[in-house]
Amino acid sequence: MNKPMRRVAVFCGLLILALLLRVNYVQFIQAGELQNDEHNRRVAIERYAHPRGDIIVDGEPITGSIETDGTDYRWKRTYSDGEMWAPVTGYASQAFGSNQLESIYDGILTGDDDRLFFSRTIDMLTGKERKGGSVVTTLNADAQRAAFEGLGDRRGSVAAIDPRTGAILALASTPSYDPSDFAGMGNSDAEAWASLQAEADPEEPMKNGALRETYPPGSTFKLVTAAAALEHGLLDDVDQDTDYEVPFELPETAGTTVPNQIQNVGCEEGSITVGLQWSCNNVFLGISADLGNEKMIETAESFGFNEYHDTPVRSATSSYPEDNAPQNAQAGIGQASNRATPLQVAMVAAAIANDGKLMEPYMVEQLRAPNLNVVEQHQPTELSRPLSPENAQALQEAMEYTVEEGTAEPAKISGVRVGGKTGTAQHGVDNQESPYAWFVSYAMTDDGSPVAVAVVVEDPSGSREDISGGRLAAPIAKSVMEAVLGS
Amino acid sequence: MSSTANTTVASVGTPSRRNTELVMLGFAVLVTVLAYANTGLALDGTLPAGMVAYGLGLAGIAGAAHLVVRRWAPYADPLMLPLCTLLNGLGLVLIWRLDHEPRLQPANAAPSQLMWSALGVALFLGVLIFLRDHRVLQRYTYISMVVAFVLLLLPLFFGADTNGARIWVRIPGVGTLQPGEFAKIVIAVFFAGYLMVKRDALALASRRFLGMYLPRGRDLGPILVVWAVSLMILVLETDLGMSLLFFGMFVVMLYVATERTSWIVFGLLLSVGGAVFVASFNYHVGQRVHNWLNPLELGSNGGVTETAQAMYAFGSGGLLGSGLGEGYSRLIGGIATKSDYILATVGEELGLVGLMAVLLVYALLIQRGLRTALAARDPFGKLLAVGLSGVFALQVFVVAGGVTGLIPLTGMTMPFMAQGGSSVIANWALIAILLRISDTARRPAPVPASSTDAEQTQVVRA
Repeated sequence: MNKPMRRVAVFCGLLILALLLRVNYVQFIQAGELQNDEHNRRVAIERYAHPRGDIIVDGEPITGSIETDGTDYRWKRTYSDGEMWAPVTGYASQAFGSNQLESIYDGILTGDDDRLFFSRTIDMLTGKERKGGSVVTTLNADAQRAAFEGLGDRRGSVAAIDPRTGAILALASTPSYDPSDFAGMGNSDAEAWASLQAEADPEEPMKNGALRETYPPGSTFKLVTAAAALEHGLLDDVDQDTDYEVPFELPETAGTTVPNQIQNVGCEEGSITVGLQWSCNNVFLGISADLGNEKMIETAESFGFNEYHDTPVRSATSSYPEDNAPQNAQAGIGQASNRATPLQVAMVAAAIANDGKLMEPYMVEQLRAPNLNVVEQHQPTELSRPLSPENAQALQEAMEYTVEEGTAEPAKISGVRVGGKTGTAQHGVDNQESPYAWFVSYAMTDDGSPVAVAVVVEDPSGSREDISGGRLAAPIAKSVMEAVLGS
Repeated sequence: MSSTANTTVASVGTPSRRNTELVMLGFAVLVTVLAYANTGLALDGTLPAGMVAYGLGLAGIAGAAHLVVRRWAPYADPLMLPLCTLLNGLGLVLIWRLDHEPRLQPANAAPSQLMWSALGVALFLGVLIFLRDHRVLQRYTYISMVVAFVLLLLPLFFGADTNGARIWVRIPGVGTLQPGEFAKIVIAVFFAGYLMVKRDALALASRRFLGMYLPRGRDLGPILVVWAVSLMILVLETDLGMSLLFFGMFVVMLYVATERTSWIVFGLLLSVGGAVFVASFNYHVGQRVHNWLNPLELGSNGGVTETAQAMYAFGSGGLLGSGLGEGYSRLIGGIATKSDYILATVGEELGLVGLMAVLLVYALLIQRGLRTALAARDPFGKLLAVGLSGVFALQVFVVAGGVTGLIPLTGMTMPFMAQGGSSVIANWALIAILLRISDTARRPAPVPASSTDAEQTQVVRA
């Protein structure tokens, strides 16, 4: 009987060996994957086991953490002025995960990042409670408040950047949401979350329009078209007259014409300066048609179109697509298939205001360890040079003239050079929905331009007049610029 | 090679090894008490209040067991008792640690588990004291068969459906009992007695077919009955594990008794056929197989399944584990965290290293059992020992393999570690029988009158 018994012993040995191999596979090879699986609750438990680090604006935290009596998640995120800052912070919810800065810098905020290994180890050895690092943003609290309060109850978005560095100063979007409402995991959190979803609220308050939504840019796109005319040598300077008729007949069509909004102000065969001053469609339709699709795309892309920008929150991609001649002509006045985020429109003004140099937009200045050591510092980076300095300064003059003597007058600030451009973009099937009123502007001081801002507001009055951009959006842009100039 | 020569050598050379056992027992108690202290420090920040009493209690139980072994089974294997003490002690610590999680059921399981363990050790001592020779069990071969059938069928009539399996019997006032745990010992006794008598008929009277020796129809009868009963358990009680254990043990013992490989082939065919048949027709078993193939898939209610939670526990433990008391195996939830899934807590809190150590302790225990079977001198003892060790090995494999996702999960408990009275009592009895066989095997025969032949034989050997 001993021979089969030895075989049974070998068999039992094989069973144990199989078990050992299996546990090695699960706990060693597969371990990393299992540890970080989205359904493994330990990930969230660890995330909320310690007070989370803060997101900082102007030296003050705009976030916080409170201790709860939950079984799994000890600390809960809080936000001050949550609705105002939501487009910047995103949310960090025990039940619903996190997004935007809260998600991108989760490692820094929880203290789990590899770069915080040293400080984490010190804390562990000295028995201190673990703390997260902080994320210092470039935002300007006054500008943000001016933007958010300026938008008020209307639907709209504001993006403001510092043209000299690309630092984002304001990023507001309405309607907004307060991420505190669903930071926990109770029933009220679940209800608040559900009520914010697109199915429950068609206005999509969590959309973050300033960064993540593209709109038809309307007449604000005429700045890009003007830059294209100068850069490609179609026109020698901004005051050179053109030969474009009113109404303008689209190329390659059987006499389809596009009218102007404002009549009898000299748009007929007008220059870029006049075209911007009175937002003459014929001038920019003509430029775009004469330059052609390829050159228009080239200039648009040099301003940042057709790619996303990681600020580090990734922006939606503003687009200037390949198209046929009539469509391309209309894209020159921002009324075809080209689309832009408010951030992109602000970048156009910023490039002009910064003498043709476009800086990469960013909103995180530095990452700090819990002991305030700087872990990462942003260095302003040049993205591209869409304009020569001479052409940029010529366009500045034209934009400032538009504020002094044209449609952009509501943005005038006494004692400061301000350049601006209005816009109205129709949208919806057959333009049935409320049009968007646009305004884009910059302010100029002796140290260069400290702010460029783009505002888009949905105009419930349904006015198709280009002037509505000046009426609705310009005051918001003005107060944002004043806030930046005052601080 | 005369048997006299062997006994002569043995009578001079076999040490009792009781002191080894005592040292190893001390080690097992020490490890357990340190684990207890470690858990208390992690959970409450202080040494557990009952630590001294618990340590003394465990040492007392182990000491009593050791003294009884020293007196009534002096030549028994020296490692089995310490290994079982270590596993049982660690199990108690883990259950006590999981008692700290308020939502886990049953609440406050450690004290009752301690009581069951004490009862188990008492039964262990009772077996050693009153069962002076394991061959006595041979007389009860057919009674064992009847008892085994009754035990196996009991849950069908008085059963409580728990977690989809019908393996529990509710005794009013006492609690629930898992008759299957006891049945496996009784069945081993029956198989050993039956096969010892029939082995020659089964082994020799067979026909060759396709190069294999096939048994005669009349010899095949009992095997088919066993197969049918195990399938019946599977279908009616949906107890995949017990059915596998039952049939696996039978095949192993049959193979050892007859030395015919054809039996294994035959047995495997029957069990695979049965398993496939049941898996495709029984929803519960099919569900288990589905969970096994898709361990991380969300449950039908959109929640994370217990299978997935156990996998997360293992994965999160990683190489070194979170430390006792610092894991989150409570997330497994349900009613089985302290019993069927106890290994997940081991894996998470003690890590791969700790889990491998625990598995090796089981491996060592199985190896001692199989060694006892090899050393036993009588065929009944050999068969019984190999059956008990084999069923123990299969159970360890089926439970650990199921929890770690190697094979589909079956509702069974890890011997000695898992919470559950029936299991711990039955396994202590199982070990007692193995110790009794090993004592008989290693016990020196009465010293024969010294003969010059024997001495010469020794000289030649040397």
